[in-house]
Amino acid sequence: MIRFISAIIRRDLLLVARQPAEMINPLVFFVLVVALFPLGVSPEASLLSQTAAGVIWVAAMLATLLSLELLFKLDHDDGSLEQLLLAPYPSWTLVLAKVFVHWLVSGLPLILISPLIAMMLFLPSEAVPTLMLSLLLGTPTLSLLGAIGAALVTGVRGGGMLLTLLILPLYVPVIIFGASSVAAAAQGMPVDGYMALLAAMFVFALMITPWAAGSALKL
Amino acid sequence: MAQFSWHMPRWFHQMGSPKWFYNFGGLLQPWFALAAVALLTCGMVWGLAFAPADYQQGNSFRIMYVHVPSAILSQSIFLSMAIAGAIGLIWKMKIAFMVARSCIAIGATFTLIALVTGAIWGKPTWGAYWVWDARLTSTLVLLFLYAGVMALNQAISERQIAGKATAILAIVGTINIPIIKYSVEWWNTLHQSSSFSLTEKPSMPAEMYLPLLLTVLGSYFLFGLVVLIRTRSQILQTQNGASWLLQHKDIYGAK
Repeated sequence: MIRFISAIIRRDLLLVARQPAEMINPLVFFVLVVALFPLGVSPEASLLSQTAAGVIWVAAMLATLLSLELLFKLDHDDGSLEQLLLAPYPSWTLVLAKVFVHWLVSGLPLILISPLIAMMLFLPSEAVPTLMLSLLLGTPTLSLLGAIGAALVTGVRGGGMLLTLLILPLYVPVIIFGASSVAAAAQGMPVDGYMALLAAMFVFALMITPWAAGSALKL
Repeated sequence: MAQFSWHMPRWFHQMGSPKWFYNFGGLLQPWFALAAVALLTCGMVWGLAFAPADYQQGNSFRIMYVHVPSAILSQSIFLSMAIAGAIGLIWKMKIAFMVARSCIAIGATFTLIALVTGAIWGKPTWGAYWVWDARLTSTLVLLFLYAGVMALNQAISERQIAGKATAILAIVGTINIPIIKYSVEWWNTLHQSSSFSLTEKPSMPAEMYLPLLLTVLGSYFLFGLVVLIRTRSQILQTQNGASWLLQHKDIYGAK
């Protein structure tokens, strides 16, 4: 089973390496969305620093959703998904491997670039470690929850919009605790509670979602 | 070690038969209609015309007799939908998927009614139609969840697959509802706590909460009635031409 998972991870990473746009596009999208806020709202530092936490989290969420559409779609279209599901391993292993690669490719770069974005939005520098940690705990949850939606809309026409409709309501708790933790850190308040809750959500999502996405793939 | 074996009762499996559900539902339907009309009429007339006015809110509190049942139902129906979906997935029962499908639109309607009546009530009481309060926000998210379930159910044309996909989403949504509820409660709270509970002594006088109890019960029967009607009509669509249906003279007409 470990060999099955690692084989899928290696294969998917190789596919991404040969098509790096898949990795770069969500990142560019993330930066673009964030850049629209000063243009649309106000370039004033005091206002931006107050809204920075929420803006970064919303943008990260949208970037994750955008890249999730392709999670199973390409494999479904060329038929390899069917073959992978026929393998003598439970379908949740497949989901777990695919979500892990998705997070490596779309979640991790967001975390790495987030200090730069935070600086552009005048987020107080003492909140930056919290921002990175909250994204580190939160983005895997986003990828896991999104996998359910991606599995459900695989093979459905116009799946991208539908995926957004299905999954965004489920993201509400993550954005609340993610953004509040950063806001609390900016005010110099303790963030342990937020981090514990984000970690709890991650563990819970890790338990439930591979099973749900796996059974959705088999429909 | 003795092998543990337990079977669902017979009536449970009979529910899975379209014929049985159609006929039994047909028997129940008039009684549900009667109960819904009687309870809702009594509760509404009592609550809207005869219950005493609130000493603080005056007459505007009376919208509660529409608002509270809708809000309760909006959550119960999502749960019912998930339970029906789970039954469909576990026992492979087509009827359960039809019941879950029937729940979607009526649940979304009750959620919308709860939001709109809440807004109308909020204007004179809080001074604003909408506030980003915990309960309002979680009800809004519930409406979005219904919208997602509805969109998914309609996007997949193959009924059986649509039923399973909807069931999975409904179950995931149901697990998420308490998490959403508590996280928005942490985030912001303005709405007064629930004044209506089955286990505690109500915080309002009997002539105010008894009509509410009637309208809540009446709304449950209304929900049951609509689910029966919608599920039976889905049975008619999928079973068209089945031999047991041909015996129903009222459908195929007297020859």
